[in-house]
Amino acid sequence: MSTIRILASDGLPAFLSFLSQKHQRVLVPVVKSANKRSVIFEPWRAGMPVVLEKATVPPKEAVLPQCETLLTYKKSKNQEDLGDITVSLDDTPEALSTAIFACRPCDARGFRVLDRPFLNGLFPDPYYKARRESLTVFTITCSSGCNTCFCHWVGGGPSSPEGSDVLMTKIEEALMLQAISPAGEALLKDCDLPDGRDIFPRAEAARKAAWASLAPAPDLKQAPQKIAALFGNDDFWQSQTSGCLSCGACTYLCPACYCFNITDEGDGFGVHGGRRLRSWDNCMSSLFTHEASGHNPRMLKTPRMRNRVSHKFSTYPENWGTFSCNGCGRCISNCPVSLDIRAIVLAALDNAG
Amino acid sequence: MPVLNSKELRIVGFLCNWCAYGGADTAGVARAGQPTDLRIIRVPCSGRVDPLFVLKALLEGADGVLVSGCHPRDCHYAAGNFYARRRLEVLKRFLPVLGIDDARFEYAWVSASEGQRWQHVVTSFTKRIHAMGPAPHFDDAKPLLRVADMALTALRPLGTAQNAAVNELKQVIKDKLPELNCVIGWQQGYDGAHATPLFMKTPEDVDKLSWGPFNVMNPAVYLPLFKGKKTGVVVKGCDSRSVVELLQENLIKREDVIIFALPCEGTLDIARVNEKLGRYTRINAVAYDEAGVTITADGKEHRFCMNDFAQGKCYGCATPMAVLADTRLGEPHKVNPVSSVPPELAMLDDMALSERMAFWRGQMERCLRCYACRNACPMCVCRDYCVSDSRNPHWMSQDADINQKLFFQTIHALHLSGRCTGCGECQRACPVGIPILALRQQIARAVAQLFDDYKAGLNPAALPPLLGYEAHEKNIHERDWK
Ligand code: SF4
Ligand code: SF4
Ligand code: SF4
Ligand code: SF4
Ligand code: SF4
Repeated sequence: MSTIRILASDGLPAFLSFLSQKHQRVLVPVVKSANKRSVIFEPWRAGMPVVLEKATVPPKEAVLPQCETLLTYKKSKNQEDLGDITVSLDDTPEALSTAIFACRPCDARGFRVLDRPFLNGLFPDPYYKARRESLTVFTITCSSGCNTCFCHWVGGGPSSPEGSDVLMTKIEEALMLQAISPAGEALLKDCDLPDGRDIFPRAEAARKAAWASLAPAPDLKQAPQKIAALFGNDDFWQSQTSGCLSCGACTYLCPACYCFNITDEGDGFGVHGGRRLRSWDNCMSSLFTHEASGHNPRMLKTPRMRNRVSHKFSTYPENWGTFSCNGCGRCISNCPVSLDIRAIVLAALDNAG
Repeated sequence: MPVLNSKELRIVGFLCNWCAYGGADTAGVARAGQPTDLRIIRVPCSGRVDPLFVLKALLEGADGVLVSGCHPRDCHYAAGNFYARRRLEVLKRFLPVLGIDDARFEYAWVSASEGQRWQHVVTSFTKRIHAMGPAPHFDDAKPLLRVADMALTALRPLGTAQNAAVNELKQVIKDKLPELNCVIGWQQGYDGAHATPLFMKTPEDVDKLSWGPFNVMNPAVYLPLFKGKKTGVVVKGCDSRSVVELLQENLIKREDVIIFALPCEGTLDIARVNEKLGRYTRINAVAYDEAGVTITADGKEHRFCMNDFAQGKCYGCATPMAVLADTRLGEPHKVNPVSSVPPELAMLDDMALSERMAFWRGQMERCLRCYACRNACPMCVCRDYCVSDSRNPHWMSQDADINQKLFFQTIHALHLSGRCTGCGECQRACPVGIPILALRQQIARAVAQLFDDYKAGLNPAALPPLLGYEAHEKNIHERDWK
């Protein structure tokens, strides 16, 4: 059996401070109070109140920051010969070794979705790699389903260990910590938390109860083919997309979306140097497919939505054998018009042909 | 030759080519000594100065900004400075809500022959900036989180529209359907506590139409997409103001839109409803009564009284019935319009400038730059061509820093000057709950103060104030530079 530890609720700050010694930052969910309250991952500092709730925004930022500097360049002139310009370049990845504390199983599975294109493709991404390799993921299992969650439709579940180093389950006020990966194993062995093997059965019971609270899942095996077959069916996509505002909130809140844009920004007029930035981008935006010629193959929101749904449920599975949607439901619960991606997938399955 | 003995500060000047720039030249020729803090950017006309130039300078570190052009009625191009005067005055009244001291920005009229006046303007403005010292920065502020007080009293009793003539309305829509491309309304969304837009094309679609406190979305946002196709829209009072504003700006044509209306008794603040419901697997029942809704989720009952859980805008709502409609069914409650300050704006009013800066620092940090706020706004006309993510021109950095994020909010707010109807969709759409509506509300308040209590979206024939001018502005007074 893997290493199991028990963390009493009052032991949390000490444990987070232990993690801070092992990592340059520990990301924890904190409440941002406002009329519409949100829960955001932030670097932990002593004294910071942590909530063990599902975050509004997944901790994707740990491996794929909203914006990062890919490289900086400087131009310098040879004072003897002003035509002789040297360009120096620094492309060291911005990578802090990071522990994520208390994300959800769907968030952890998101890192796996990102790993495939960023690490397993023809050209591994050095920036992503540097951050991913120094990432430790502590996941808290969910005690129940939720009206917008559908992790169990897409191969996950409220206690899925995929993508986690340590899986935690709440038992009354304490947390049971179970090592999943070798890195998690090493960390738990190293910490001074008491052994928790005797409460493991209780954790297992809690996890079972969470599974039992979920509504039965439809079979999505046919989804990739069905959705691919609908590619040219404009009426179908039109009918599914009328309410969409093309805002992209759904993709920025998605733990499995990873599209980005690259922009060169010069200092002043770029005469002395500048930076190359990589920032989030998404297929719901018109500029996403705006070509240098001025042509845009996806002028309307219909093909954009088709792309989003196809990428998650058809083309990514075609390439990597699994959906690039973890069923976290954030795109549903945060969509300004309550558009439901589940309904689109089900409609595609229902569609004759 | 600095006339002031202290260190130089960063002051940016936008000077019109024909007057102020000439005035500065005249001052130079006359060897009239001036402080050297000012960095001048020459523009063809003060009307060319987008208030965003000023904001960009201030957000990126300027300690003061001065705009100067020809005297009113003396514009080289006839009316550029008349437009500028309105915009710049609105800007001046906008800055404080961000936590920026409006004394750091000034505009002044100087003609090409007024070398002495120029010397005087630039010297006194520089003195003023020096007296204030270097400008504080958002990056240095310590984040402050504060929540607006939502314990509000509505102008009329809010309710759940139990007696609304929905069935009659459905019939009217069905009758009209054959001549329309579609009719936009609402239907139940992914569960009984969430609605979603409905696009009615067939009588069966019309049967799905819902009317009540969950209909939060503003259907007017879709109208410009149906340009040239005759489209119907069901509206709440606030939504109708967006339709009117679209008409005011010729973004849609009156003959292309058929407006259906019922009296609105308020809509729920879904964010607060969601917070109270917490995590639930399913909704068992949604029961309505006159005063509120009872939602049973996972067997647990939650009571939402409209007076406690309405959207911020509903408490001060003076237009529960559409201001313009082709079909109105039913009578709304009588409302005595009393001007009240909306909750988030009231919270900011109570803060010192430094606290406001800290507040926006604390709020904007978590902005995702998703632009849901922009796309949810029915009045946002550029959308796909927005300067915030355009690369050509590349006006904003893609950096995820607080200044860029706040800068976008000021872009949206200022582009909505005198056009925002206060529908609140921008704020409702924000997935991370940033109270950005307050910025729009402050501008709407400034517009009302300056232009005879003008409110956007009430009269289809009215010209939005920032698209026009008066040679003699009643409420904008020339600064005294003597
Ligand atoms: S969040 Fe909703 S409205 Fe926005 S792009 Fe996604 S589906 Fe469309
Ligand atoms: S293409 Fe769209 S759905 Fe796919 S990862 Fe990019 S943003 Fe997400
Ligand atoms: S602002 Fe007025 S019309 Fe709009 S939802 Fe609230 S009460 Fe109804
Ligand atoms: S700025 Fe906000 S409140 Fe104003 S019209 Fe747009 S969405 Fe509505
Ligand atoms: S909706 Fe909110 S998070 Fe998105 S860009 Fe607007 S303020 Fe930022």
